[in-house]
Amino acid sequence: MPSEMVSQSDFLYILPELTLIVGGLITLLIAGFKGKKSVAMVANFAIALMTIAAIILFFLPQDVMRVFNGLVINDSYSIYMKILTLFGAAATLLMIKNFLESRKLDQPEFIVLVMFAVAGMMFMISANNLLTLYLGIEMQSLSLYILAAFNRSSTKATESGLKYFILGALSSGLLLYGMSFIYGFTGSASYDLIAEHLGNPDGSSSMGVIFGITLMSAGLMFKISAVPFHMWTPDVYEGAPTPVTAFFATAPKIAAMAMLVRILYSPFIDIAKDWQQIVVFVAIASMVLGGFAGIAQRNLKRLMAYSSIAHMGYALVGLSAISNVGGSIQSVILYMSIYLITTLGVFACILGMKRSGDSFEKISDLAGMWRNHPVIAVSLTIFMFSLTGMPPLAGFLAKWEVFSVAVNEGLWVMVVVGVLASVVSAYYYLRIVKVIYFDESKEKFDPMSIELKLVLGFATLFTIIFTIFPSSLRELAQHAAQSLN
Amino acid sequence: MSDWPILSIVTFLPTIGAIFILLLIKEDNEQSKNNIRNIAFLTTGVTFLVSLILWVSFDTTTAEMQFVENAQWLGGNINYKMGVDGISMLFVILTTFLLPFCLLASWKTVKNNVKEFMIAFLLLETFLIGVFSSLDLVIFYIFFEGGLIPLYLIIGIWGGKNRVYASFKFFLFTLAGSVLMLLAIMAIYWDAGTTDIVELLKHDFPAEMQTWLWLAFFASFAVKMPMWPFHTWLPDAHVQAPTAGSVILAGLSLKMGGYGFIRFSFAMFPEASSDMQMFVFVLSAIAIIYTSLVAMMQKDMKKLIAYSSVAHMAYVTAGIFAANAMGVQGAIFQMLSHGIVSSALFLCVGVIYDRMHTREIAAYGGLVHRMPFYAVIFMIFTMANVGLPGTSGFVGEVLTLAGIFQVNTTIAMLATSGVILSAGYALWLYRRVIFGDLSKESLRDILDMDKREKYILVPMIALTIFFGFYPKPIFDITSVSVDNLIENHRQDLDKAGKLPDDIRVKATASVTAAKH
Repeated sequence: MPSEMVSQSDFLYILPELTLIVGGLITLLIAGFKGKKSVAMVANFAIALMTIAAIILFFLPQDVMRVFNGLVINDSYSIYMKILTLFGAAATLLMIKNFLESRKLDQPEFIVLVMFAVAGMMFMISANNLLTLYLGIEMQSLSLYILAAFNRSSTKATESGLKYFILGALSSGLLLYGMSFIYGFTGSASYDLIAEHLGNPDGSSSMGVIFGITLMSAGLMFKISAVPFHMWTPDVYEGAPTPVTAFFATAPKIAAMAMLVRILYSPFIDIAKDWQQIVVFVAIASMVLGGFAGIAQRNLKRLMAYSSIAHMGYALVGLSAISNVGGSIQSVILYMSIYLITTLGVFACILGMKRSGDSFEKISDLAGMWRNHPVIAVSLTIFMFSLTGMPPLAGFLAKWEVFSVAVNEGLWVMVVVGVLASVVSAYYYLRIVKVIYFDESKEKFDPMSIELKLVLGFATLFTIIFTIFPSSLRELAQHAAQSLN
Repeated sequence: MSDWPILSIVTFLPTIGAIFILLLIKEDNEQSKNNIRNIAFLTTGVTFLVSLILWVSFDTTTAEMQFVENAQWLGGNINYKMGVDGISMLFVILTTFLLPFCLLASWKTVKNNVKEFMIAFLLLETFLIGVFSSLDLVIFYIFFEGGLIPLYLIIGIWGGKNRVYASFKFFLFTLAGSVLMLLAIMAIYWDAGTTDIVELLKHDFPAEMQTWLWLAFFASFAVKMPMWPFHTWLPDAHVQAPTAGSVILAGLSLKMGGYGFIRFSFAMFPEASSDMQMFVFVLSAIAIIYTSLVAMMQKDMKKLIAYSSVAHMAYVTAGIFAANAMGVQGAIFQMLSHGIVSSALFLCVGVIYDRMHTREIAAYGGLVHRMPFYAVIFMIFTMANVGLPGTSGFVGEVLTLAGIFQVNTTIAMLATSGVILSAGYALWLYRRVIFGDLSKESLRDILDMDKREKYILVPMIALTIFFGFYPKPIFDITSVSVDNLIENHRQDLDKAGKLPDDIRVKATASVTAAKH
């Protein structure tokens, strides 16, 4: 495409990303001068910047807008998903900022890395070109690799960081290899031109494109930790310090799913029949593995890793309904939104499991929590039932959305296996409830910090109230889905 | 008054009570525990009184839904819709009637965590009422499934020794059945474009699809009911649940299955119901005979009554799928009667369990010498369980059996043998517990029923005997709706060319007779 002048107004559309990047650089300077003392201040600064970025996004024009010669796209879908990502990241920072010190993470670079990672995620979401996408992914991934191994003195953390890095590098390789196929066989890296090429009756699904999309899917499925590319997840969740795990479980998942939805539905919609089988297979495998493997877990964080694998599978169930594009995207968006908020709540509880400064993360440490901390116990119960998909909690409507579009598509094997896998996974969620209520109680945990209480309270209320007033969030998701359609 | 959303008020009054208890009262001493009990009891009492408005102002001349409420909810034609007709209204009343007794029964036995117990029960009441009064499939599913959460906690926290196993089994069994129904609901939504039950009753599903939908709904209701061979969770759950939990399980939770069969499986999928008639008949006949025999051999009183529940519910399923007015009327009556009788039996077991802390039949004997009043009450309910004429149990059994007889004499004969078997296990139980010499040392000082226990059981006796002699008030309410149900069922079958010839002849004859 002949390059046009980049106009100044183009910068408006990446202002949120710029805010984070420039802010991150400033933070780096502050960190350089003030050192460890500045952690708390830097964390607050980062939360403020994320809030500002979200507010800017909120006021951006909602219509579809391609900027920087079509490298970046802005539409209501990207705005919705970016705000969700920022919300997840800011809420996590809010929860963990008091924990950094005790976990030997009290270096301001930690916060800087989070900010860069989030900026990378936002580029992933609004990428409209394979190159932009790749740059976004790498910006995110490189930051996350360091975060996973941030606690250098812990062998577990180093191990998990290394595992994550090696497997992540492999997936990046697969992704790039796939991209090169796509570029070779369609003649462009731009989403629009790829779509145009594939939309041509004679240029459509050649073997090379299918090769490309398969390899790319492998790379992308790694980022959302879907089976069979999930190996890193349990190790990283368990090995990384809990604050890092909390971050891993929230914002990156949203961003990765958002980019997967866009790339499958925007340039590759015309060969949907080809990638559908990949998505169906991965969804089934994730739901089944996530359901069964969670049963044997003793560590709460590791359990949450398997739970997240299963939930990515459920989200992919919605994604695989290709004939109802709008409904399918809407269901995935809603699923991820509800998943994000529930997960935030769960991690608020896990972070709150401290006795005189020491953290606990075994399921058995929750024993009898009901007697000592009734409010937290009830909240955690609500999250567990919501993750199971029990009505009347938010998790039920999330599952309703994704499964109902898949039923309409007639993907019976997948939906039947999916709901039965959800019954299997109900077992381990119920076990947590059992430990909380039925077992003999242990000592009390330390009182929760006000920030944790805030996030916990919000997540609990949302999980209960969403079922009563589901329509407003649903309409927002619908609106966002239409812009991709 | 008439424009008040009475159904929603009845449904959510308990929730409001629960929120009130949750926010305003702290459980720290005996006084506050009593306050909690009183408020919870008051809430269920008021709910019962308000629900009586439904009965009083119910129009018995129409089969239309009454007290209908409709509000925007999820969008895409899925709305919050409530309403009752002759089939569902009495179940709402049964629920609101039984709940105060449940709370009374646990007045003294639940000593710790009274607050949580009461909140769980009040929330459970909301879910139970919602099941019977919702007119939208998604809303129905929410209530149907949501009730699992409080019931799981009730069994798991306040249950017996093996409560963890029982609560998990109960939860996972019912969930596994229900998720398949959820898929069916989704399929219905896409086929009919709505989940409004009234619209769906008119909707004509393709024949092949009906079979699949029927099977999916069957998976859920057969587990809930429970039908043989999906019943294995029930004895465990009953034995481990606290008395009040058993009452809810036997009296109400099982009825959700029966209600679901009538309202959904039978009414929405007429062709599939007709195809599957024999299947249900065979399962029911096996259940009646097999579980009765199993009941005879039980050593635990609650387990015995649990198995007898399975047998009694089998009359209900067979009666429903006999597909005539008599069978369905009988099934509804049998459910209402069993709701009271089996609840009362569990309460009776609770009375002696509270004193002796065992449910072993062998631990008792000769109670009549120390507890004459109890012996009388227990006898009445045992007889009602057997189906002695003059008790409500008789009416339901006779009607369902007559309904089945019109369709299939062999099955009717097999089912009738269950009446004899039930006499066998029930009377034998009664003899072992109540009669004989008072030889056990531990029973020497056992006390007869106190005032509270009498207050609980005497009203139930009155109802059992009243409806045994004079069942007309019930039939007045159900008959128009049931006739309409059967009429629609036959028309649908006729359209599909599946109506058995003898029924067609009769139906035409009655129409011509009516014209003259």
